Amino acid sequence: MTLRNDIEITPELVADHGLKPEEYQKILDLIGREPTFTELGIFSAMWNEHCSYKSSKKWLRTLPTSGPRVIQGPGENAGVVDIGDGQAIVFKMESHNHPSFIEPYQGAATGVGGILRDVFTMGARPVAAMNALRFGEPDHEKTRHLVSGVVAGVGGYGNSFGVPTVGGEVQFDRRYNGNILVNAFAAGLADTDKIFYSKAKGVGLPVVYLGAKTGRDGVGGATMASAEFGDDIDEKRPTVQVGDPFTEKRLLEACLELMATGAVIAIQDMGAAGLTCSAVEMGAKGDLGIELDLDTVPVREERMTAYEMMLSESQERMLMVLHPEKEAEARAIFEKWGLDFATVGKTTDDLRFRVFFEGEEVANLPIKELGDEAPEYDRPWVEPAKPAPLGELPHMDVADALLGLIGSANHASRRWVYEQYDTLIQGNSLQTPGGDAGVIRVEGHAQKALAFSSDVNPHYCEADPFEGGKQAVTECWRNLVATGAEPLAATDNLNFGNPERPEIMGQIVMAIKGIGEACRALDFPIVSGNVSLYNETNGQGILPTPTIAGVGLIEDRAKSARNAFAAEGQPILLVGAPAIWGSHMGQSAYLRDLFGRNEGPPPAVNLDHEKKAGQFVLGLIREGIATAVHDLSDGGLALGLAEMAIKGGLGATVNQLNDIDPVPTFFGEDQGRYLVTVNLDPQGDEMRALWKRAEAAGLFAPWIGVTGGDALKLGEARAISVEQLQEAYEGWFPGYMGATVN
Amino acid sequence: MKSAVVVFPGLNRDRDMIAAIEKIGGTPPAIVWHKDAELPDVDLIVIPGGFSYGDALRPGAIAARSPIMDVIRERAERGVKVLGVCNGFQILTEAGMLPGVLMRNASLRFVCREIKLKVANANTAFSNRYADGQIIRCPIAHHDGNYFADAETLQSIEDNGQVVFRYAEGTNPNGSLNDIAGITNAAGNVLGLMPHPENLIEPEHGGEDGRGIFAGLLT
Repeated sequence: MTLRNDIEITPELVADHGLKPEEYQKILDLIGREPTFTELGIFSAMWNEHCSYKSSKKWLRTLPTSGPRVIQGPGENAGVVDIGDGQAIVFKMESHNHPSFIEPYQGAATGVGGILRDVFTMGARPVAAMNALRFGEPDHEKTRHLVSGVVAGVGGYGNSFGVPTVGGEVQFDRRYNGNILVNAFAAGLADTDKIFYSKAKGVGLPVVYLGAKTGRDGVGGATMASAEFGDDIDEKRPTVQVGDPFTEKRLLEACLELMATGAVIAIQDMGAAGLTCSAVEMGAKGDLGIELDLDTVPVREERMTAYEMMLSESQERMLMVLHPEKEAEARAIFEKWGLDFATVGKTTDDLRFRVFFEGEEVANLPIKELGDEAPEYDRPWVEPAKPAPLGELPHMDVADALLGLIGSANHASRRWVYEQYDTLIQGNSLQTPGGDAGVIRVEGHAQKALAFSSDVNPHYCEADPFEGGKQAVTECWRNLVATGAEPLAATDNLNFGNPERPEIMGQIVMAIKGIGEACRALDFPIVSGNVSLYNETNGQGILPTPTIAGVGLIEDRAKSARNAFAAEGQPILLVGAPAIWGSHMGQSAYLRDLFGRNEGPPPAVNLDHEKKAGQFVLGLIREGIATAVHDLSDGGLALGLAEMAIKGGLGATVNQLNDIDPVPTFFGEDQGRYLVTVNLDPQGDEMRALWKRAEAAGLFAPWIGVTGGDALKLGEARAISVEQLQEAYEGWFPGYMGATVN
Repeated sequence: MKSAVVVFPGLNRDRDMIAAIEKIGGTPPAIVWHKDAELPDVDLIVIPGGFSYGDALRPGAIAARSPIMDVIRERAERGVKVLGVCNGFQILTEAGMLPGVLMRNASLRFVCREIKLKVANANTAFSNRYADGQIIRCPIAHHDGNYFADAETLQSIEDNGQVVFRYAEGTNPNGSLNDIAGITNAAGNVLGLMPHPENLIEPEHGGEDGRGIFAGLLT
């Protein structure tokens, strides 16, 4: 197929590029003439939702993005946060939802590849990865296929590249039947004085293309990712890119070697909208023009047109502005690693983006308006209605309810998934998936470690996006605290439906407001992020899913905590509990997963309380008083206790309150609570001192039970052996995927 | 004791291996890029794990045919010890320096977890810090670790005591024949091992069971 540049621009062609008539008019006004076919493609790539954040920008600006440790907030390839000793953690989370539904293995694999590239583009060696996956209901005909392909794709790329996967989420709900979510996170370590940015500097300097060759794969991918799915979904398969982790691994090593030579002025990876987006961003940020000569671009297919080269999303490619005197040295490094190295253009002072192909100018556009001055919308939105109060609570035996939950799709062990990921490579993993957060030690440092967690409860967000947004941030923050980490900063991956519908836009606005409020209160700034909209199929949107992935710092890893019961006979405290331990049943896992009811308001998050409870728990961990810590979230006290018992291979006996309904006690999802076991005599002075401290902090930390034995006994309910819990917990996933635990 | 770690493009546990050798042996290994003209004069050559050449054709197939393997083969014939871990094991079988092949895991999935190993022969340079029959913990992380050899070869490596490590206590993760996790050549100076002892050598790894393999070689 050869596409000429003089194709007539018709309204249909404009619509096929995802541009609205008024956006096309804006293009005409801007350049004063009809765009060429290549130019139309460039506008389509730059002004789509995925690249321009045109619907969300107004609201994203309200998020707190700075703090004493923040070196770089949103707007670069990834956020950069100071961890002391001249080092920084560089991280971001990004979605690859649409491609993963169309072609699960390659969609997920290239999602991982893209986020790793974002991190090492900034000069950081990736040290940890996570992924938050959401699939349709287990019984849906496509779900097994998608789970199998996505998990294999995440593993296939990350394992070959060589980064440990330390955490993540896997959830199922029918609202993801037509739009799964694949949110990939990566973090890397860099020296604070050796961070690389995308802003080009200097006129007349070479623009260099590095990495893999350009093919026709992924042409129009970013535009595809900014549209709803219809019944023609399978026709979109050719827009999915193909990943090659072997090339990415070589690209990592070559880039880090090159950066060490001092040759790099600016660097930008080619992700969505490939060459177009990377060149425009480097120029626009640096207030420079860019000139590209496409005849010099390394290609792997014949007769590619300018349009295809500009819109290709072939993977494992980078664009750099280099010091010209270092060009030979740079070329030698890339040749050593068997990668392409080609000077494809130069920086200019005319603020134009000019593209030449076969001696002809095929594009000449104003670079600022393409890039950081792209259109922005204040879309109409309506505040979502508050959910009706919860009706009468259905009852079930506490032991039966616990077994039902722990052996269900959304609460069973994810071992089947995470054993397909290399969790140990690099030799620094201290806590692998299955804990509250993944923890790695900082290589070369005697004491420091980093914790990572990814969280959101989409049901809370659907019922009340504001409280749900707050809760996502807070749960992530709590999970970091539960390992003994000081939460530093977070990245957000906002997955929603079609923002042109006011009720969806309302979810987006309210969730961002909630996220902002929680981040401000907890000093937990958002330093990078990604927005994925139009997650709809035939008009049905996904659950609003603002995934929050956070990073925490453990100053002394000898003083960190795990969520497994550690020893027999240790008192269990419920730190941060309300007077009756637990009460909130709206939007609970108990109602949803045992009775099929999504009802009532989600639990409210009291940020002042969260801060106090978190500080108190951190104190217990750092003083070596806490022997195990677990954040309570969905499934409440019962599920939290069961997880600690299973992980520790140790039972516990837990009380219940007299004349109080045990269901809310054990399954309520009240926020701001941690289960903490301590190595103290419950009748001793030290315990009394601990309670005094709790009281002084305004916290209730009741002694609710004691560890020991081989069964978990919750109040008056029958004891369940740890073995039986384990079987239910470990059995669901392998049973569902039709394989044995081998 | 001098050692060298050979690096092919696509290997990714080279850094883990280098760290383990330095931590246990006290001195860092020489790091040899596969295209380097010379392999230094060392007592131990290590090929670490990963995905050399992206597992193109078969795991280890391309690295096994690169010129440096002729040098390694020649050194091995002179008695220099060679350790191949994971992809290193695959490279050594592809190069014909060890018998048998490593096929795709029986589950067809990549698997990373901790397994148990039984020391089947403690009378080798690689295993003499352990006792015969000793059970040790060890992590694994591979997609193609399913050891296979024809009946005659299998019989001969069993008879010669070339099987040094076996998956124990029902933890065979990949379908390997006779639970084979690690074997030597007939001379006993080349070991291929599928698990990753380099990731279990310090208390922060959750144990030190993997140290013995390196301690025996490096001290």
